Amino acid sequence: MGKQVITLMVNGESYRLEIEPRAHLADVLRDELALTGTHIGCEHGVCGACTIRVDGAITRACLLLAVQAEGAVIETIEGLSDSGEIGDLQDAFRHRNALQCGYCTPAMLITAQDLLLHNPNPDRATIRDHISGNYCRCTGYQAIVDAVETVAKARQTAGERA
Amino acid sequence: MKAYAFDYVRATTLVEALSLLERAGDGGKLIAGGQSLVPALNLRLLAPQILIDIAHLPELRGISVDDTHVHLGAGTRHVELATSALVGEHVPLLQMAIRHVAHAAIRNRGTLGGNLAHADPASELPACMIALEASMLVAGPKGERRIDAIDFFKGLYETALEPDEILVRISIARSPAGTRCHFNELARRAGDYAMAGLAMVMHGTQPQGLRIRPVFFGIGYRPTLASHAALCLEQATDPMEGLEAARQALAQDLSPQEDLQADAETRMQLAKVLLKRGLADLLAQGRG
Repeated sequence: MGKQVITLMVNGESYRLEIEPRAHLADVLRDELALTGTHIGCEHGVCGACTIRVDGAITRACLLLAVQAEGAVIETIEGLSDSGEIGDLQDAFRHRNALQCGYCTPAMLITAQDLLLHNPNPDRATIRDHISGNYCRCTGYQAIVDAVETVAKARQTAGERA
Repeated sequence: MKAYAFDYVRATTLVEALSLLERAGDGGKLIAGGQSLVPALNLRLLAPQILIDIAHLPELRGISVDDTHVHLGAGTRHVELATSALVGEHVPLLQMAIRHVAHAAIRNRGTLGGNLAHADPASELPACMIALEASMLVAGPKGERRIDAIDFFKGLYETALEPDEILVRISIARSPAGTRCHFNELARRAGDYAMAGLAMVMHGTQPQGLRIRPVFFGIGYRPTLASHAALCLEQATDPMEGLEAARQALAQDLSPQEDLQADAETRMQLAKVLLKRGLADLLAQGRG
């Protein structure tokens, strides 16, 4: 039951970590790398608060053992935020009050960005469906759907101008 | 909660995985996508000594089609099933079902083989496999064998797999032209486990040669082929005329359970509703 050594690329930086096999990736990101934007809610894949990107695909960090992620490219909210990739979504969430306590917000932003990358012009039902795996207990979702819809439209307009 | 401590080893070939599994004995557990296993570990419902990671076995990869069958590697992720053109063309039922399986983040990692071997009675894909008459290729220390889907799912989280066997590939006969399929489930929230669900395939034309396979899930402790109800529909001059008898016959086919989501009577009612909607959909497809 000893520790194992893994290599991860997290937000563009390579890390060599010695971890217990039972540690899930959310714990490793938070405790070993101090990337606390990845939140832990239910730890069994229901609430969605720990959503990150693994090799470009959104993933529940609580449902992925860090040892399984050996060699993977990980992106957390810190990476997406620093790179500016989701700056417009963050602005829209703030303007539309699409958050209150903020616990679900990092994962909600990553999930919304995932939708817009795969489907640049989603209708409201599609937005609701895509964020259905992310619990928010403050907003009632209406404002979140508004914010995502606003960004989708703004990106479309920007794309047409370009 | 945090999982009990365990060891972990990543297998690189099927032969290596089988040997690791045999050596681990009762303390060994396979992990692929881990989307059902890791929650159970985190909740301490399971306490394996060692996890054997089979997510990287080349023998479990790939989607292919030959003259008669579509072959799906057990390691195929849900997202790959959802986006595969081959699956869309030859087994569209799976793509109808897959969007009901959990959420995008879970479909990105969960695997077909893991889903089937886990055998959750509320899971969508086992029901599809019975409706499609799939055949499971399984490898063990004594070699390979095939198990028909109808014999594979034994009960609550229980399959015909022996503890030292690994599910390798699922083969499904390519649907003949004119095959229609339907999938629907009733859940309280998108992505939640269904209170009741139905996967249904219809071949041929009425009245002769019509063949209907309605398979319910979330009702009882394993996916269930409603053969009495199917017979009522197949033997009627017009399947719609057999619907009422088929709905009544569901009492012979299904043993609904009671849980926090719904009582047995509600589940039976939901099954009747699903059968009616499903048949209407299948018949409308013929007119379209």
